Amino acid sequence: MTRNQQLYAWLLLLPALALLTAFTYMPTVATIWHSFTGSGMQDNVGFNLDNYRDLIDDDVFWQVLRNNLIYAAVTVPVSIVLALVMALWVNSKIRGKGALRLAYFTPTILPMISVANIWLFFYTPEIGLFNTILGWFGHKGYNWLGDPNLSLYSLMLMAIWKEAGFFMIFYLAALQGISPDLYQAAELEGAGRWTRFRRITLPLLMPTTLFVLINAFLNAFKLVDHLFILTKGGPNNASNLLLYYIYENAFSFFDTAYASALTVALLLILVVIALIQFGVIERRVHYR
Amino acid sequence: MSFLSVKGLSKQWADTQAVSDLSFDVDEGEFIALLGPSGCGKSTTLKMIAGLDTPSAGRILLNGQDITDRAPGQRRLSMVFQSYALFPHLSVKENILFGLKARKVAANEQKQRLDRAVELVNLGDQLHKKPSQLSGGQCQRVALARAIVSQAPLCLMDEPLSNLDAKLRNEMRSEIRALQKQLGLTVLYVTHDQIEAMSMADRILLLNDGKLEQSGAPEALYNQPASLFVARFIGHPPMNILEKGDRLVGIRPEHIRLTGHSQSPNATVMHCDYQGSDTQICVDHQGASITLSLQGHHLLPQGHPLDITWDRQHEHHFSTQTGLRQTAPSQPKESSHV
Repeated sequence: MTRNQQLYAWLLLLPALALLTAFTYMPTVATIWHSFTGSGMQDNVGFNLDNYRDLIDDDVFWQVLRNNLIYAAVTVPVSIVLALVMALWVNSKIRGKGALRLAYFTPTILPMISVANIWLFFYTPEIGLFNTILGWFGHKGYNWLGDPNLSLYSLMLMAIWKEAGFFMIFYLAALQGISPDLYQAAELEGAGRWTRFRRITLPLLMPTTLFVLINAFLNAFKLVDHLFILTKGGPNNASNLLLYYIYENAFSFFDTAYASALTVALLLILVVIALIQFGVIERRVHYR
Repeated sequence: MSFLSVKGLSKQWADTQAVSDLSFDVDEGEFIALLGPSGCGKSTTLKMIAGLDTPSAGRILLNGQDITDRAPGQRRLSMVFQSYALFPHLSVKENILFGLKARKVAANEQKQRLDRAVELVNLGDQLHKKPSQLSGGQCQRVALARAIVSQAPLCLMDEPLSNLDAKLRNEMRSEIRALQKQLGLTVLYVTHDQIEAMSMADRILLLNDGKLEQSGAPEALYNQPASLFVARFIGHPPMNILEKGDRLVGIRPEHIRLTGHSQSPNATVMHCDYQGSDTQICVDHQGASITLSLQGHHLLPQGHPLDITWDRQHEHHFSTQTGLRQTAPSQPKESSHV
């Protein structure tokens, strides 16, 4: 490359690079720095590992981490499988599939806050939709958000409802990119419905699955808007998630140094997940 | 009893009749070309025989058994697609073995059939590549190998060569024909290319507008076209058609010759097309445009006078009303100088 071309390349990269540096890389570095040198609201009290010692001793942190792992372990596979099933269904030759696609996609268009408000009504004891329906069958209903054994699962249910439609769109687009000739050829070769799905559809959808998987995992850790409306992490942290706990520490308990240490822990988790996904799954993905 | 028998096959969508009342028989080991312009229903016919499309009416019999309502996989036939329909995520080997695995053929049997097919289509060192790493011709061979290993007695081919360049197409034409003879396959070959049909097929079925226009050996279609449509479709450059009273007279370009003595020229040159081995000359003959074909290089200036003639035995006569072939009216003279 000539010097001029080098210059052009850097000029073209500059806007994105400047934004990323100012709002992603700098804060990341600042956070890491702060987690090692801060204490409470104070900056630069000298290098120390107190925040990390606190973190290891913090029972709430471990509970929140466990909550978040359960949350991811359930919502990610369930919403992906659901998305695939819905996509296969609305991609088939059925009547009214336009309306069906729209219906499945609607939860995605709604902001998380609105969704949470709608589901707040579903979950409300006494007058809520779910308990009303249960009441018709003579059941006294559940305290969906107030019961520590139920609140996390109630959040998951809503998250799945919201995410599956979004992922369905990706699967639908990928399905429509598969040539019908392939299915016809397979059919002529005597491959049944299940063989066609397993040997053609699934492998050809692998790039989409990888993409969706990464997004789903990231969302499981970074999408906590609904906690503000539904449970605020309660009762007694039973439904608290890592990012919401970071927010609480930074802006409710005003312990930004500890929040920084928590953030570093969150970042590490996300990096590990990304490495696993790209490393392990990429090798089994066929890109056309 | 014929091997494949199609009886009164029809396909109709909302307001279009793609195939109407099509009937034909194919003998075992025959190479049949389904020829016709695009939209004539030839691909639809093939898909109905394959079971990928449901006929609106009619029956399909293979080996005496009615297969009209059978699933595609149960019909004991193989198919080569225009797009090759190779599975992009599978290696060449896995592509070829796909059907055998789906049918749970024993592993050593799979290997035998694979080795034989790979040898037949000459794919030896490509077995572990993905289709995206192959050229068009190699993809075509994989598709052929996939058809061969299935050992289905009937092979359907849907314009298999139309995505290849001209040189490769010529090579594959003779290769497919040789394979078909060697394996004793019965092939139903859909094409819009008359050269493919003429050079490969034992018999051509010429379709027009969903109906069978003429069926017969290539030379029969060329020498005895049953209708004006066949006359115009088969042959390149196409047959010249002249109006003569109540009938239409057709004469092939290669049957027109120059008389040599041009005291009374009856045609003038409009333009010439030099094509290497011959030159196609388009002339104005009594107000009608006629193309004739001369061997060698003849670039004549526009307006150049020519005296052309042909033998009466080479004339084809068609009815103006029906477009069907008629017998030539008897005339005393052996050769007519028009």
